[in-house]
Amino acid sequence: MAGQEQQQPQSRDSQVEDDIPEAPPAPPEAQASASTEGVDDLLDEIDGVLESNAEEFVRAFVQKGGQ
Amino acid sequence: MTDAKGPAAGESLPVGGAMRVMGAETEYGIHAPSAPSANATMMSARVVQAYAQVTRQRAAGGAETRWDYTDEEPLHDARGWTVDRGAAHPSQLTDQPPVLDAEAVALAYGREELELDGQDESGTLLMNMVLGNGARLYVDHAHPEYSSPEVTNPRDAVAWDAAGDLVGLAAVRRLAADPALPPVNLYKNNTDNKSVSYGSHENYLMPRSVPFGDIVRGLTPFFVSRQVVCGAGRLGIGQDSSTPGFQVSQRADFFEAEVGLETTIRRPIINTRDEPHSTADKYRRLHVIIGDANLSQVSNYLKFGTTAMVLSLIEAGLAPKIEVYEPVAALKTVSHDTSLTAKLRLLDGRRVTALDIQWMYHEAAAKLAQDTGVGDALDGDGHTHDVLERWASVLTQLDTDRASAATSVEWLAKLTLLDGYRQRDGLEWNDARLGLVDLQWADIRPEKGLYYRLLSRNRMQRVVEDAAIAAAVTEPPADTRAFFRGKCISSFGKDVVGASWDSVIFDVPGYGRLQRVPTREPLRGTKALTGALFERYREAGPFLGELLGHNSTPPAA
Repeated sequence: MAGQEQQQPQSRDSQVEDDIPEAPPAPPEAQASASTEGVDDLLDEIDGVLESNAEEFVRAFVQKGGQ
Repeated sequence: MTDAKGPAAGESLPVGGAMRVMGAETEYGIHAPSAPSANATMMSARVVQAYAQVTRQRAAGGAETRWDYTDEEPLHDARGWTVDRGAAHPSQLTDQPPVLDAEAVALAYGREELELDGQDESGTLLMNMVLGNGARLYVDHAHPEYSSPEVTNPRDAVAWDAAGDLVGLAAVRRLAADPALPPVNLYKNNTDNKSVSYGSHENYLMPRSVPFGDIVRGLTPFFVSRQVVCGAGRLGIGQDSSTPGFQVSQRADFFEAEVGLETTIRRPIINTRDEPHSTADKYRRLHVIIGDANLSQVSNYLKFGTTAMVLSLIEAGLAPKIEVYEPVAALKTVSHDTSLTAKLRLLDGRRVTALDIQWMYHEAAAKLAQDTGVGDALDGDGHTHDVLERWASVLTQLDTDRASAATSVEWLAKLTLLDGYRQRDGLEWNDARLGLVDLQWADIRPEKGLYYRLLSRNRMQRVVEDAAIAAAVTEPPADTRAFFRGKCISSFGKDVVGASWDSVIFDVPGYGRLQRVPTREPLRGTKALTGALFERYREAGPFLGELLGHNSTPPAA
């Protein structure tokens, strides 16, 4: 499939609109940066965001049934 | 009429790919940390009420449109809806379930009563809103639920589902600003990890002519395996999480049957609920209850996109001919195996991984898309090519590059975060802090929700731009009947007394009785068909006059 993307569009008898009807999706982030670099930084940030008293908070999250 | 040119647009979608009428339902977990014993139904009603207050500020009217529970037979209108003028009298609507708002309950029971874990009033409480974006926001038992408007493709499914998270966020903010009420948190997850689960459902429109047995056979292996792409991840094994560990899916441990009607007990992999919410002899609304609620846009996108493509395979009779041995057990096997190496037994004797099964479906879907032309990068339907590309990319990454997959696959993103904590702090799987990470992952507040913290650092990929999601909070999709429903609410909300998926009911001064406009065809009532009509009128009376053909003949479409 990836090879197809590289090919030039073939001209057709039918009229081809000049403008692309929909913006092509952005390719997956090239710098998808889930590397270990920055993880410590991320955890530090999340430390400051987490609710205090984890045990009590998690225990109190009790839901009634749903679908 | 000058706006109706040629045949009505948008009455069918390209066949064979990822385009299909679809929609999402999300039940949110709800919790008030400062009032942990508060009644969940009451809190859910407050969420709906709070959003009604928000929208009342934003636009006049339309804030508390009731849900129309009737389902009358239609008279078809060639322009794209059906009209039943004579049937509805105001008295009929009083037969509907009563609608109480939180303020009314507060008046009746007192503020303090609301804080008690009362059972008496909750059973009668019912609140519904129909939103200007065509969605429904309501109380489903003990959870607030957002049901997205009907869309035609997986990209829009992501946008209007994510818009629901912003709707919930607006309500949470409103409640947090009210000093008289405890703040309420909403979580886009599916279990409290204490043996209770609540759903996020998908709906897909299918021709009724497709035998249900074909759907069951074609979908079951796919549903057993698709969680590796769209599972949201869960801390703990077993319905009550009593076994420490991490698993791929929020929902897998709550499924106990292969096929069935139930959604709350003995949950089945294939749900047989048959409410088409449209012309019943033409359509089936496939009600999918096995999915996880997704914050990850890629997981959500592939959940809708690949499932829609598999339904296209089933309709074409081209689904992979495989049967998984004991699918309920296999579902759990896949969920409990984060290495993705567990082999499932097929009835033909082969042993394959969940990724293998996904590739079988991908191969079949890619071939059908090629044969029908919808998968062409340039001349296709504009969606199928991208779904196939992303699907293949994620499957490949899950096999060979999990760090990259962790930027798109929700369970792996969550697992990576949990692993970071485990390594840094030496935590065991049953540590409460990991439980908090799992829970707070799904907090819909961007400053507290851990998914959103990753998103803000571009550690999670986007499929839809933030601006498109924000627009979807107020704007309906242009290409389904949700456009008509949403525009009726936003344009003439004060005169709309009820609505449902397949109707809008007006009470307009000067009309002797209620006017019910059925909308039984999901691909009509579109912007192309009705947009000009909405632009012509500022008042509901003349709008309805033209729509219903009063004092003029109905325009031919």
